[in-house]
Amino acid sequence: MEGLRACVHCGICLPQCPTYRVLGEEMDSPRGRIYLMRAAADGRIALTPTLARHLDLCLGCRGCETACPSGVPFGSLLEATRGQIERRGIRSPESDQGTLSLLLALFPYPDRMAALLPALRLYQGSGLQALVRGLGLLAPFRRLRTMEALLPRVPGVGSARLEELTPARGGKPRGRAGLLVGCVQRFFYPDVNAQTARLLAAAGYEVVAPREQGCCGALHLHSGRLDDFRAMAKQLVASFRGDVDVIVANAAGCGSALKEYGHWLQDPEAEAFSQKVKDISEVLVDADLPLGELPVTVTYQDACHLAHGQKVRAEPRALLRRIPGLKLVELAESDLCCGSAGVYNLVEPGMAAELGRRTAERIRETGASIVAAGNPGCIMQMDRACRALGLNVEIVHPVSLLARALREAP
Amino acid sequence: MSVEAGLIRALTGIVGRAGVVATLEGRLTYECDMHTFYKGIPDVVVLPESAEQAAAVVRLCRGAHVPIVPRGSGTGLIGGAMAPQGGVMVSMTRMNRILEVDIANRCATVEPGLINLWLSNATRERGYFFAPDPSSQMVSSIGGNVSTNAGGPHCLKYGITVNHILGLQMVTGAGEVVWVGGKAQDRPGYDLTGVMVGAEGTFGLVTAVMVRLLHLPEDVKTLLASFSTIEDASETVSAIIADGIVPAALEMLDEVMIRAIEEGIHAGYPKGASAVLLIELDGPRAEIEAQAVRIEKICRDHLALELRVAQNDAERALLWKGRKEAAGVIGRITPSWLLQDAVVPRSKLPQVMREMLAISARHRLVFANVFHAGDGNLHPIICYDDRVPGELDRAKQANEELLHACLQLGGSVTGEHGVGLDKAKNLPYQFADADLNFMARLRRVFDPDGIMNPGKLLPDHPACGEGFRPVAPTLPGGTWV
Repeated sequence: MEGLRACVHCGICLPQCPTYRVLGEEMDSPRGRIYLMRAAADGRIALTPTLARHLDLCLGCRGCETACPSGVPFGSLLEATRGQIERRGIRSPESDQGTLSLLLALFPYPDRMAALLPALRLYQGSGLQALVRGLGLLAPFRRLRTMEALLPRVPGVGSARLEELTPARGGKPRGRAGLLVGCVQRFFYPDVNAQTARLLAAAGYEVVAPREQGCCGALHLHSGRLDDFRAMAKQLVASFRGDVDVIVANAAGCGSALKEYGHWLQDPEAEAFSQKVKDISEVLVDADLPLGELPVTVTYQDACHLAHGQKVRAEPRALLRRIPGLKLVELAESDLCCGSAGVYNLVEPGMAAELGRRTAERIRETGASIVAAGNPGCIMQMDRACRALGLNVEIVHPVSLLARALREAP
Repeated sequence: MSVEAGLIRALTGIVGRAGVVATLEGRLTYECDMHTFYKGIPDVVVLPESAEQAAAVVRLCRGAHVPIVPRGSGTGLIGGAMAPQGGVMVSMTRMNRILEVDIANRCATVEPGLINLWLSNATRERGYFFAPDPSSQMVSSIGGNVSTNAGGPHCLKYGITVNHILGLQMVTGAGEVVWVGGKAQDRPGYDLTGVMVGAEGTFGLVTAVMVRLLHLPEDVKTLLASFSTIEDASETVSAIIADGIVPAALEMLDEVMIRAIEEGIHAGYPKGASAVLLIELDGPRAEIEAQAVRIEKICRDHLALELRVAQNDAERALLWKGRKEAAGVIGRITPSWLLQDAVVPRSKLPQVMREMLAISARHRLVFANVFHAGDGNLHPIICYDDRVPGELDRAKQANEELLHACLQLGGSVTGEHGVGLDKAKNLPYQFADADLNFMARLRRVFDPDGIMNPGKLLPDHPACGEGFRPVAPTLPGGTWV
């Protein structure tokens, strides 16, 4: 409530809000959403499906938090209010709760994801995907089509295995790093995890990726399913109980949630855990890495949960600039959400597609051939948006570029 | 007057379903601008995408005798973009295109919803900018700037909004679409552009604006001088102006404000000083170097504690970010506040600041000061806690006393925020009945039926019987007028 009162209604957040930029409507702006949350808290209005709808449409990108001079903690206010809406079972008919529930029952469960992968592999490998896309067979099915279009190339069976323990390989010893492997990351972009471990090892870290680690619960947190989130968070904290000096995340959404465990769990162990969490770019930025030439033009999109959620902006850029031959060109409004936002692009495909289109237009203006972004969801979303625009660019995690440039000692 | 379902259907016919906000939840968020003290929920909000749609909305409302309240980004500080009588609110946020940039003629034509700063962002590479820079410029719309005739820090040198408007398109309250002014200088006849700027939506809806663009200065120098008393800082301001220097900007911030800014923005203002002057010089390099030397001497003569020059663009930008977001950081220091916008002749600044300190002490209230010292335009933020019994009354009383102190020194009730609902009652302090009635009759020329933004700008009951009297506003309980 004090957080809500801190809003002075100045509106500085408005231009930084993706949904306001598209719609121009007060109730779909941060200031308007805060106003609605406060009106509900003051008992002026009830928590209605219409109110829920305006909160559902929020990406939770927290661009407004960066903009806010008064320090309104919008993200946690939103999550707390979504929690209340969820508990009371208030549903907006326009919001796609079915898809949301389906995804929340899938992504965080490694065994379920693992079971799905062979089918996806077959779909892509057999040429069926090419047929479906070529003939537009999914055109009549909006949800399915959205999910299908976002599907990245599913990695092969034997690709990029990540050992539970990777020994330090170079530099001065830096201690032990615990690696969060994520849900989407470990199944769709396992290379990024392997590359992260390689870079950490080259920087002097012993890397441990506990096998028993589950989902961090970020998706549940952002959807207001706080009980599920807390259970997952506790489990994750427990799985990193071993002796690690730093806990490394390479997915911005996960990293941001991990850093907030202290706030949401209110217990000393979770607080201590959160204190140790760092994004991979924060860890590597001052590490000695032997980097070779990589003559490419790259632009960088700020993942919201890095720039706004964790205030990490300079480190990824500084790292990319360290690669000899790499030319980094700035992307206009790089901290405006691309429309990915966790599972948002699956449950709000219309708004997400429009934001993706705008991001792709800005990417086109840079002339870069590679876009770097520190979050798997953003990579999928921009990949699809650029494809839709006929733009031939590669979307990668910054870690992948560093790994390409890394010259390891034999 | 409440809006009937039939009217909403007709509005939907004009702007489409996606252009109408009719739910309670949606409308509620439009019940106030930044002056959250005044609340009035519109019966419906429409978001036109063209002047044609806007004109059709006005004609429809005129026929139905329904009030219209225009709204830009909703950053106003006077209760202008809220609907005390309900009716139809017309949000201009979707009309935000740049229609033309004409560098050869140094002007641009834009739609009213365009955010002020976006215009300068779009022309900066070509060496041009739009000079009026209200502190809200990162969010406020050019239409809103025109309607309130907004000022800003750099208006000290460059002049206020009206000095930069070459022409505009308006849908009058009668539903006519008229273009006034234009690219050619010295147009014959009445200066209608000048009349329409600052009308606060009481004449009609501004649907396009032709603005002047200025060439970026050759160089900029930003100085920061800190003082151990507000009086020393005030005397310095008067001395700089008396010396014949017109800085691009001359802003004062006091200790309370600096503390809040540093907490929220970390802009690099010296903590602990009682007052800081932010002084910007721009123009030909040789000229500003010479001026800087004179200003530094004046500051030292007035016991400046520290003098600093911003070393690069990033440092300068950060200082300005602190200054421009000052109104936004006050949530960090107070739960509630009143914001004054009174003006004194700038030679009277030291006097009025002394008076302000006395008023603040008398009412046991904290004042946070951040203002255009060079213009004599005061913006004390009177901090109070609405949960403490009696504090609101003390704040209102202090506000009133300060206003009268400014008027006694030959000042004005408002400098740049406009009149709106907040200050309409204060106009009789400054204008004779005949003046107010003349303004009321002028208003009726543009808006014969009194549907445009009723209750704003002019007091409800001009003393003389012939004055235009809009329907008395019905305000929700607890509203302070």
